[in-house]
Amino acid sequence: MSAPLSLYLHVPFCASRCGYCDFNTYTATELGDGVDRASFHEHLAAEITMAARQLAATHRVDTVFVGGGTPTLIGAGALNHLIARIHDEFDVAPDLEVTTEANPDSVDEPMLTELKAGGFTRISFGLQSSAPHVLQVLERTHTPGAGGNAAQLARSAGFEHVNLDVIYATPGESDDDLQRTLDEVLESGVDHVSAYSLIVEQGTALARRVDRGELPAPDDDVAADRYELIDDRLQKAGLDWYEVSNWSKPSGECRHNLAYWRNRDWWGIGPGAHSHLDGTRWWNVKHPRTYANRITADLSPMQEQEVTTAEQQRLERIMMGLRLAEGLPVVDLEMNDDDIAVVSEGLIDEGLIDPGVLAHGRLALTRRGRLLADAVVRRLVD
Amino acid sequence: MSQQPAPGATDPAVIRNFCIIAHIDHGKSTLADRMLQITGVVDDRSMRAQYLDRMDIERERGITIKSQAVRLPYVAGDGREYVLNLIDTPGHVDFTYEVSRSLAACEGAVLLVDAAQGIEAQTLANLYLALENDLQIIPVLNKIDLPAAQPEKYAAELAHIIGCRPEDVLKVSAKTGEGVGELLQTIVDLIPAPIGDQDAPARAMIFDSVYDTYRGVVTYVRVVDGRIGTRDRISMMSTGAVHELLEVGVISPEPNPAGGLGVGEVGYLITGVKDVRQSRVGDTITTATKGATDALGGYRDPKPMVFSGLYPIDGSDYPILRDALDRLKLNDAALQYEPETSVALGFGFRCGFLGLLHLEIVRERLEREFDLDLISTSPNVIYKVQMEDGKELVVTNPSEFPEGKVASVTEPVVKATVILPSEFVGTVMELCQARRGTLLGMDYLSEDRVEMRYTLPLAEIVFDFFDQLKSRTRGYASLDYETSGEQVADLVKVDILLHGDAVDAFSAIVHKDKAYSYGVAMAQKLKELIPRQQFEVPIQAAIGSRIIARETIRAIRKDVLAKCYGGDVSRKRKLLEKQKEGKKRMKMVGRVEVPQEAFIAALSTSEAAPKK
Repeated sequence: MSAPLSLYLHVPFCASRCGYCDFNTYTATELGDGVDRASFHEHLAAEITMAARQLAATHRVDTVFVGGGTPTLIGAGALNHLIARIHDEFDVAPDLEVTTEANPDSVDEPMLTELKAGGFTRISFGLQSSAPHVLQVLERTHTPGAGGNAAQLARSAGFEHVNLDVIYATPGESDDDLQRTLDEVLESGVDHVSAYSLIVEQGTALARRVDRGELPAPDDDVAADRYELIDDRLQKAGLDWYEVSNWSKPSGECRHNLAYWRNRDWWGIGPGAHSHLDGTRWWNVKHPRTYANRITADLSPMQEQEVTTAEQQRLERIMMGLRLAEGLPVVDLEMNDDDIAVVSEGLIDEGLIDPGVLAHGRLALTRRGRLLADAVVRRLVD
Repeated sequence: MSQQPAPGATDPAVIRNFCIIAHIDHGKSTLADRMLQITGVVDDRSMRAQYLDRMDIERERGITIKSQAVRLPYVAGDGREYVLNLIDTPGHVDFTYEVSRSLAACEGAVLLVDAAQGIEAQTLANLYLALENDLQIIPVLNKIDLPAAQPEKYAAELAHIIGCRPEDVLKVSAKTGEGVGELLQTIVDLIPAPIGDQDAPARAMIFDSVYDTYRGVVTYVRVVDGRIGTRDRISMMSTGAVHELLEVGVISPEPNPAGGLGVGEVGYLITGVKDVRQSRVGDTITTATKGATDALGGYRDPKPMVFSGLYPIDGSDYPILRDALDRLKLNDAALQYEPETSVALGFGFRCGFLGLLHLEIVRERLEREFDLDLISTSPNVIYKVQMEDGKELVVTNPSEFPEGKVASVTEPVVKATVILPSEFVGTVMELCQARRGTLLGMDYLSEDRVEMRYTLPLAEIVFDFFDQLKSRTRGYASLDYETSGEQVADLVKVDILLHGDAVDAFSAIVHKDKAYSYGVAMAQKLKELIPRQQFEVPIQAAIGSRIIARETIRAIRKDVLAKCYGGDVSRKRKLLEKQKEGKKRMKMVGRVEVPQEAFIAALSTSEAAPKK
């Protein structure tokens, strides 16, 4: 029987750069000469073929996720072409999940219909916030309401699974702003929400503004309050958390992302994309031009690889597995029963893990524990 | 050309023993260099800048810690061959006793003052010491080549202080050599030749004692009476210990073995002892047979005045620290230490020092020569605690301060001299008053320079007094102090409690009126430095069981990365591995994890400590 494989496809282009973003993506100006955006998907398609040469015999593709950047910037035709290439090269699961990310202002009805016809089953929009001043701080180009509208368009185009991304605890955001954002999210009827507290990444325009004192740094206590607010409202609306920053209606989980957290195998296609196969991790060269040159020469675009030790794999399994509502199988702790009893008793006493789930042999975080997940991980790997 | 007098057979009439009294940076070492060159002891090519300062730290700081003596041959204006013994003196407040012994080995002193800066407090203090020893003073202004030099102004100042005429003040440039020849002639003319009884039993005073890895202890002496010959067995009069003499000689400027040392001569002895404690500064040496019965006066045991705990940052370095202290002790009769354990800092040593500079020098040598990273606790002084039940305790560590009913506490007091430009008198008075000082007197040295004399508790000086003084006077004030007994004071111990547990390293003995501000400042500092924990952590300052200040570190509520997708795994894992590594550097105080850096930062007395 062939093993499940997830494919990630990275489209490294954006119309403009958002102030908080440190992803491997390029605007036309940042990109410079020598990279043709219109034909760039051919390079991605070529890497799909490379991956297939190595894995098609042993693996079956279960999920595909196109991220970026702004994948929709290269057009539905190009995106569908990539999905077609996957079907050509690999066995695929009958219920293949195919997701693309999109900006609310980069899609219209015909495009959505075309994507649906091309095999996309899921779409994820960056709504971020409904408050104009928050969108402004984030330097998002879409207008308030556009995220919800795009989600509704997608649903009417036949997408059963639609996600909206929310960013909270942005400097200047109030509780009311967040409530209105959640109103917009819930009114759109999506079956999946990802909510991230704003992280000020070094080297971004946002970080420079914070360093210069133009903006206050996001406050962790505010972020904790807002997280609880989000969790309350989403739960009430029938969206349950299944990962620290992800909520869905029943069977609305993103299977692709679950594959990461369950430490499955995946191959990342495109510049800077990361891959994981059975304890070996590697990542591609970052710049689209370097990447294109490697692919054109039929060379591997890999920049570096890392063969993880048993100890490192244990740490990875713990730090990812613990993020899930289903919890981390206790066996993955690789500890003797006495030590498990001691450590879990402490975590239960401090209200960090759920005793009910532990009874079923898994370690799952309480809500307090979710907010302190990294501290729990450190305790477990000590 | 006449024959240079040989060591051991030099007529005292041609000997001149002198030292140079100067402030740091006023050019003492440069002047000594120039004297070595002019007298031909060192040729120009092998001239190493500041030849006499041997240790790296000394050279970098521009100060001389250990004195030495150099024998300089000099043909004076009268055509006679003279022997000038230049005895170098340490230049800092902590080494007053060593200075006094160096001075006692001389008949005269060159008072060297920077012509652009005027006299400083330590120089003044050493001048008074020299006058007490009846030394002939030769006032000299240095650096007259500097554009900022004001030779007339400072000549008048010096004349006023020592009671001579301004035109008696010599003006030299040690850098260019201008006037140094005249200075040598003046030394011959003015400084009296040593007087001693050649036929009496030998008596020589130790004015320095240095440990050398290859030779063992090298003892520097000034012979007062009689003669010490190579074949003699010598006796240390304070202990009666007898040693064989392996070598006797003079420094010129390298050691030259000689047959002996006679009256008035200055040189070195090697006996093979390995520890400077067996050959102490101030002690009198005599011959083991037919020796003297009366020692020369003035011997004193070195007495530590300032105490601090020294801890290795990496606990596994403890044995290295112990060995390093054992090594330093060989060369430092004043250094005392004993093992100590701190809840916060682990295993270390309680160390006693002559003063703050001594502490700094020892710490710096430990870090530099033995590659150690150290934390030192806030320096404190010795307290005598009288209990109501009549018991008396000596406390050198605040954590040993007794809990029971205290009748009284006694603290050491110093007499301090501050020299400063008159415009800063107000701000310095304010500082001294805030530090519980009592003004003893004030004199104008010149139109715009003032000498202020205070009594102050030593504890107030060892904290950050000197830094404060410097910053309030834009660096212009200089300070000197000498111990001056003790006083009863209203002192209490303030403990700092973290989540209910006292952190020994932060306990302090302070005046009652300052307990509150110390407690508040420390609690605030720790609040900034200790990361939030998963539970609320109260920080309290307490006198006994009475809480006088409180801050709270709120519980951390969020410690999770928002995102962890495929591309984040390696980075996130590495972050966790780093945090895991960092946790090893955490010290547990009860349930509270405190990063080592927090202890270091909280213990640093500097006001400029990172405050964020």
